[in-house]
Amino acid sequence: MKAAIVVFPGINRERDMAIALQLATGHRPQMIWHKETVLEGIDLVVLPGGFSSGDYLRCGAMAAHSPIMPAIHEHARRGGHVLGVCNGFQILTEAGMLPGALLRNAGLRFLSMDCHLRVERADTDFAGHYQTGQVFRAPMAHGDGNYFAASDTLDRLEGEGLVAFRYASASGEITNAANRNGSQRNIAGIYSPNLRVLGLMPHPEDLVDPLMGGIDGKPLFDGLAAALAA
Amino acid sequence: MKDVNQALAAEFGLSADEYQRVLDIMGRTPSFTELGVFSVMWSEHCSYKSSRVWLKTLPTKAPWVIHGPGENAGVVDIGDGLAAIFKMESHNHPSFIEPYQGAATGVGGILRDVFTMGARPIANLNALRFGDPKLARTKRIVDGVVRGVGGYGNCVGVPTVGGEVNFHPSYNGNPLVNAMTVGIADKTKIFLSAAAGIGNPVVYVGSKTGRDGIHGATMASTEFDADSESKRPTVQVGDPFVEKLLIEACLELMATDAIVAIQDMGAAGLTSSSVEMEGKGGVGIELVLDHVPQREPGMTAYEMMLSESQERMLMVLRPDREDVARAIFDKWDLDFAVIGHITDTGRIIVRHKGVLEADIPLDPLADQAPLYHRPTTETPAQAPLGSVPDPVGVMAALFTLIGCPDLCSRAWVYDQYDSTVGGQTVKRPGGADAAVVRIDGFRRAVALTTDVTPRYVQADPEMGGRQAVAEAFRNISAVGALPLAITDNMNFGNPTKPEIMGQFAAAVRGIASACLALDFPVVSGNVSLYNETEGRGILPTPAIGGLGVLEDAAHAVGLAASAGQSLVLIGDIAGHLGQSLWLREIAGREEGPPPPVDLAAERRHGDFVRSEILAGRVAACHDVADGGLLVAITEMLMGGRIGATLAAPPDTVPAHAWWFGEDQACYVLAVTDPSATLALASAHGVPGRLLGQTSGQDLKMADGATMSVAALIAEHERFFPEWMD
Repeated sequence: MKAAIVVFPGINRERDMAIALQLATGHRPQMIWHKETVLEGIDLVVLPGGFSSGDYLRCGAMAAHSPIMPAIHEHARRGGHVLGVCNGFQILTEAGMLPGALLRNAGLRFLSMDCHLRVERADTDFAGHYQTGQVFRAPMAHGDGNYFAASDTLDRLEGEGLVAFRYASASGEITNAANRNGSQRNIAGIYSPNLRVLGLMPHPEDLVDPLMGGIDGKPLFDGLAAALAA
Repeated sequence: MKDVNQALAAEFGLSADEYQRVLDIMGRTPSFTELGVFSVMWSEHCSYKSSRVWLKTLPTKAPWVIHGPGENAGVVDIGDGLAAIFKMESHNHPSFIEPYQGAATGVGGILRDVFTMGARPIANLNALRFGDPKLARTKRIVDGVVRGVGGYGNCVGVPTVGGEVNFHPSYNGNPLVNAMTVGIADKTKIFLSAAAGIGNPVVYVGSKTGRDGIHGATMASTEFDADSESKRPTVQVGDPFVEKLLIEACLELMATDAIVAIQDMGAAGLTSSSVEMEGKGGVGIELVLDHVPQREPGMTAYEMMLSESQERMLMVLRPDREDVARAIFDKWDLDFAVIGHITDTGRIIVRHKGVLEADIPLDPLADQAPLYHRPTTETPAQAPLGSVPDPVGVMAALFTLIGCPDLCSRAWVYDQYDSTVGGQTVKRPGGADAAVVRIDGFRRAVALTTDVTPRYVQADPEMGGRQAVAEAFRNISAVGALPLAITDNMNFGNPTKPEIMGQFAAAVRGIASACLALDFPVVSGNVSLYNETEGRGILPTPAIGGLGVLEDAAHAVGLAASAGQSLVLIGDIAGHLGQSLWLREIAGREEGPPPPVDLAAERRHGDFVRSEILAGRVAACHDVADGGLLVAITEMLMGGRIGATLAAPPDTVPAHAWWFGEDQACYVLAVTDPSATLALASAHGVPGRLLGQTSGQDLKMADGATMSVAALIAEHERFFPEWMD
């Protein structure tokens, strides 16, 4: 799998993502500056977390108009894989590559803690090393992770099986208490219709080493590496 | 523009004597801009004029110290060719006036002190003190400060991994916001600020200069009064996005050979950065302010020289590398401007719109800066406490203590700080006595803590100063790390009052003795005086930021106990209740001498605990501090959501004094083979005692008193969310 991480100004989890990808693939992913315009020979494009352009407009709104974005649209149109985490998810919604929006957290405070995610379907290139219904832990760190979409959009996402992960209790119940940021229907991550674009708020890349408290996030990257092995 | 005279000098914070000294140096009446330069350089904040004589007595050397005080931050060798660069700095006055921006720019400023030396920042910590939680104003300040610390640190992508939050009415009108940054660099590539190379370009990078923060350093050097609110314009506004770009651009440039010297523009902005760089290098500088990137038209030389606009750096470059540097800053969309050059005149010359605005000799500006040996009076010794009866019983007292504002869970605070960005946080906030952050690409990790117990310092400044250093040493040892060095952030009241200066001098003595005994030198620091509002001083608060090293991050232990472990006390409990939280919260008294600190015992016990952890015989460890032994045990049980059965205290100490006395040099270890630990302790001359076993869901005392750990956790976690949300 050839992976590339797009570096927008203000992004800050690109190194975390590189560590996770290197663990899974055995080599460093390419770093691509947002002012570049070409993506060649890349299987997976990753939009990492952070505060692109300071998130001073809406989160991800400026990055969604970066020079690199047409190439990412084209990559996805050709069926290439795209992973957007946290700010990366926000950029994907701002760019219209995934539906909905990420609003301020319901409590209006930044949330930094581990959450539990329930895997809604495991038959994708991203979730192949998890089981459907499996619960895994991931750190979250965001002020704007409250997933919102119109109810017909939510119905369509659910109907088409495009909900990737939901906030859950440790035992897998979909509860309000587990839904700290107030997301509609506990949605933590969604897929594009072809299941090749994934956006999610929490950070599986920060839980890939037992020393950091666990390896719950590692199957996501291992699964991708296996699915996209050349 | 106003006439320059003694009245204006007074307005700028210079005394009559100091103004006379300016006249003597200049040999004429200074210009308005020149007076501004003198007044900020000679402010307490920049000149340390009241504290310098005492700071010079601190131990600052050890074989592993690469740069001690005097640089932008302290630098220590942590092995594997790496240097840790760190410092703590206060932003107290701005945080009272404008809590969010005050705290945010405090974080931004200390980050710059660290990355300006070539380090990538890997961790932020803080030490926060607030007033009485019953006041609405305290709530507003806590909310703003916590949002500000998070807002800045989260955006720049440096994890906030530790800190302290405490309350006391003495901080009602003067909260303390002390921010610490730790960075890592190749120890052979440390960047310093001494300018060199006649004719070399002086380059300004980062944000544009605006009118914010003018005379901020002067504001930070006076007491607050009823008009402080009107000083809001002197508080700077932070832009963490630009800071993030500045970090990346500077580190990219530092990988080349372009930089001769570099310094951030902090307090007193362009004035202090240029004066310090040229002063240290023994050269001169000529600035043409027309080239300074400006946020608004019509700014005067005075405004530009004194502006404290954030996210700006000053560099001296090799002339043949100017293009390389410019290309990097262009890439990051940051301003880059050559605003002057290095001269051999030994003077700072400032021109603006063709007018000579300032021409000051640098040596006298530094060498003849005021230095005061202010009068001191010793803090009177506290009367012994005598015996204090237990009015409520041990379990009821425990329940009250673990829920009180000073001991309850800080999760509400640190859950707003990104503690995992970077992917190297081994021990997160609340998980261990010190934060543990691994160095990317290495097994090695640093252990970090901030500590001070201001009520001890108030009662006995020397013992309190000693205790602050000892507690930092303990917290670092309790995760298994070797303590290497500290940064000190001295927050005190008005130094012209002999009793305040007496507190300062005694606290420095205490810190110095502990540094020497524990091989734990001071490598950087900051002094914040005049922390008073309408004549009432804060508790003296010399916050200590400690740094230690672990050769292998995998050796680090946290504080959470689990089932089937024995709890072992290392150290002696005499039952010292003077100045304890039990005395304040349960008996309603703030009295007595603070617990004595036996530095030899601290060293012996800490070294023993560390060696046991590194030998792999300790599953969890927690030092005994605020609240005493039973609070320490309960924190370990709550962390692991496990119960325990505890043995009775010895007959020689009253039960409440045994469980809640704040005796020093004590640790609780969770181990699987207590007899081995106790035998080894005995062989090392270290006192040890079996306290009990973990099991079940309840905390059970020997007299039958029982409380569920779930109930303790609920009480522990209640205060902050109820108060703030």
